[in-house]
Amino acid sequence: MTTVAAPAAPKVSPVKRFLRHLPVHIALLALLFIWLIPTVGVFVNSFRSADAITSTGWWTVLTNPSGLTLANYNQVFSQEDLGSKFLNSLYITIPATVIPTMIAAFTAYAFSWMKFPGRTVLFLILVALIVIPLQTTFIPIGKMFNNFLFFGDINGTFLAIWLAHTAYGLPFAIYLLRNYMGSLPHEVFESAAIDGASPVTAFFRLALPMSVPAIASLVIFQFVFVWNDLLVALIFIGANTDNQPLTQALAQLVNSYGSGWQYLAAAGFVAMIVPLLVFLSLQRFFVRGISAGSVTGQ
Amino acid sequence: MDPRILTALEVVIGVPAVLVGYIYATEFVLRFARGRWRERIRPWLWLTPTLVILTAFLIVPTIQTVVASFYNKNGSVWRGLDNYAWFMNGPGLESLINNILWVVVLTMGTIIIGLAVAVLADRVKYESFAKSILFMPMAISGVCAALIWKFMYWYQLPGTPQTGVLNQGLVSVGQSPVPFLIDADFKIDTFALIFIMIWMWTGFGTVIISASLKSINRELLEAARVDGATEWQVFRKITLPLLSPTIAVVSTTMIITALKAFDLVYTLTGNGSYDTQVIANEMYNQYLNFGELGRGSAIAVVLLLTIIPVMLFNIRRFQFQESIR
Repeated sequence: MTTVAAPAAPKVSPVKRFLRHLPVHIALLALLFIWLIPTVGVFVNSFRSADAITSTGWWTVLTNPSGLTLANYNQVFSQEDLGSKFLNSLYITIPATVIPTMIAAFTAYAFSWMKFPGRTVLFLILVALIVIPLQTTFIPIGKMFNNFLFFGDINGTFLAIWLAHTAYGLPFAIYLLRNYMGSLPHEVFESAAIDGASPVTAFFRLALPMSVPAIASLVIFQFVFVWNDLLVALIFIGANTDNQPLTQALAQLVNSYGSGWQYLAAAGFVAMIVPLLVFLSLQRFFVRGISAGSVTGQ
Repeated sequence: MDPRILTALEVVIGVPAVLVGYIYATEFVLRFARGRWRERIRPWLWLTPTLVILTAFLIVPTIQTVVASFYNKNGSVWRGLDNYAWFMNGPGLESLINNILWVVVLTMGTIIIGLAVAVLADRVKYESFAKSILFMPMAISGVCAALIWKFMYWYQLPGTPQTGVLNQGLVSVGQSPVPFLIDADFKIDTFALIFIMIWMWTGFGTVIISASLKSINRELLEAARVDGATEWQVFRKITLPLLSPTIAVVSTTMIITALKAFDLVYTLTGNGSYDTQVIANEMYNQYLNFGELGRGSAIAVVLLLTIIPVMLFNIRRFQFQESIR
């Protein structure tokens, strides 16, 4: 990332340049401070006792740093059973990421490198489906899941939410991968075809390995999206507490002013840790995945 | 060991294996097809899984929802536009007003702050660090953001020590604390919810606008400065017009996000109490709490109708992109 030097200033001392930029620094640092404060507050509170949290503000720790404890985290995993909710989130998220990515890869390849009538129209429908509100599908899908193929009633099961997330994630996944696959050099595929490679070979040997950056962005985006989802879980897992993900359990805790309130901060950090680690370690891919739908002409 | 681990493993390995097997099987089957037909049939075989899933889970259900919105509670009696009339005379108007507020404030907020940060951060050495901090809330779920801000907005009765940052701030300048999340006067609670969303999404605006800012020709700006333009004039007359297509794109994303707002309202104000209800929460309410399938469907259709203009904009933008590809 290149920063641009101050305008038309051939030899300015660093001190002078800093002073000239002082208002910029102040504005930016103030904003960053505002952006960080809420998270810092919860983090501090997650190490304070229930009494301390409800009687004094978290900032009092700055002047009186005593009585910090890990008890909240202990309680989160033992009493509130958030450990099993954490596992549920993993069970839901991993298949709901792997399956749509696979299907999207085949489809994106067909849209990129095969010719068929209606290709453009079908893709425009896909672009439209990206933003369709999920609400318009809930009631009919719920009915369909009451007696789904030979599985019987699957509402409240992982199968239901895997299927739902697969369908909801597909349009964007195909869009993202197709934009990338479609911009690969066509000479590669032409010469492969001349050498007698079938589309299956070209897909597995060429398109897939060459699209790894786009696939990585997609996987990370879909993973974080499903992990953070509340609405789809409320609809398709609903009251089946055995299968509820972390977000659902946490939403109930936030809603209730009763017993759970004191270790809310700790519970929140448990829920945040996975997406935050993903963000911090794979930031480049994550940002690219989220921006993919929006960046113009790049 | 939890038997569900086994199921999940089966699915994670089994489904991709079946898919790969399917693609190889199509090639085997296509050997029996002749010449041109092979090329004609193959794309459709590759598209079959997607077409089946999207038809069964998105397209057909949407049509069914539109139809169901004209029927009564359990879909047995034709009701015409009754459900829509009920919505507009009942909870609908308030929800629509709130959603409009969400659209306007969220879009303006993320774009103005996002633009400011993109332009300011462009001049400092810690630019990528600043953008990372701003973008981080994007990785957090709506539920976690709700929890984080519940501590910010926390309210204690006047006279007792405040535990929320904002109310402590108010008290220390001599004001009385405000119960931000239940105070419906001037829609303080709705604004409080929208501000959380701005906190979550500003980083997105910054990153995209910043990428576009980097692609502006620096010599153009330099030439204007040499000609005596002030920094503000350069920004107003050159940078901003060049950024406007990008700003339009960010706006569409923010409009859709605002129209679909659900998690924060569900989590922080008990699914839309204290006049904070929005369309998505009202739909959830009618469907899952009251079992009103006709009314729920009608609300979903209203949501769809509000999103259609953005959908058309996206299609046109996509067509334009393809034409210059």
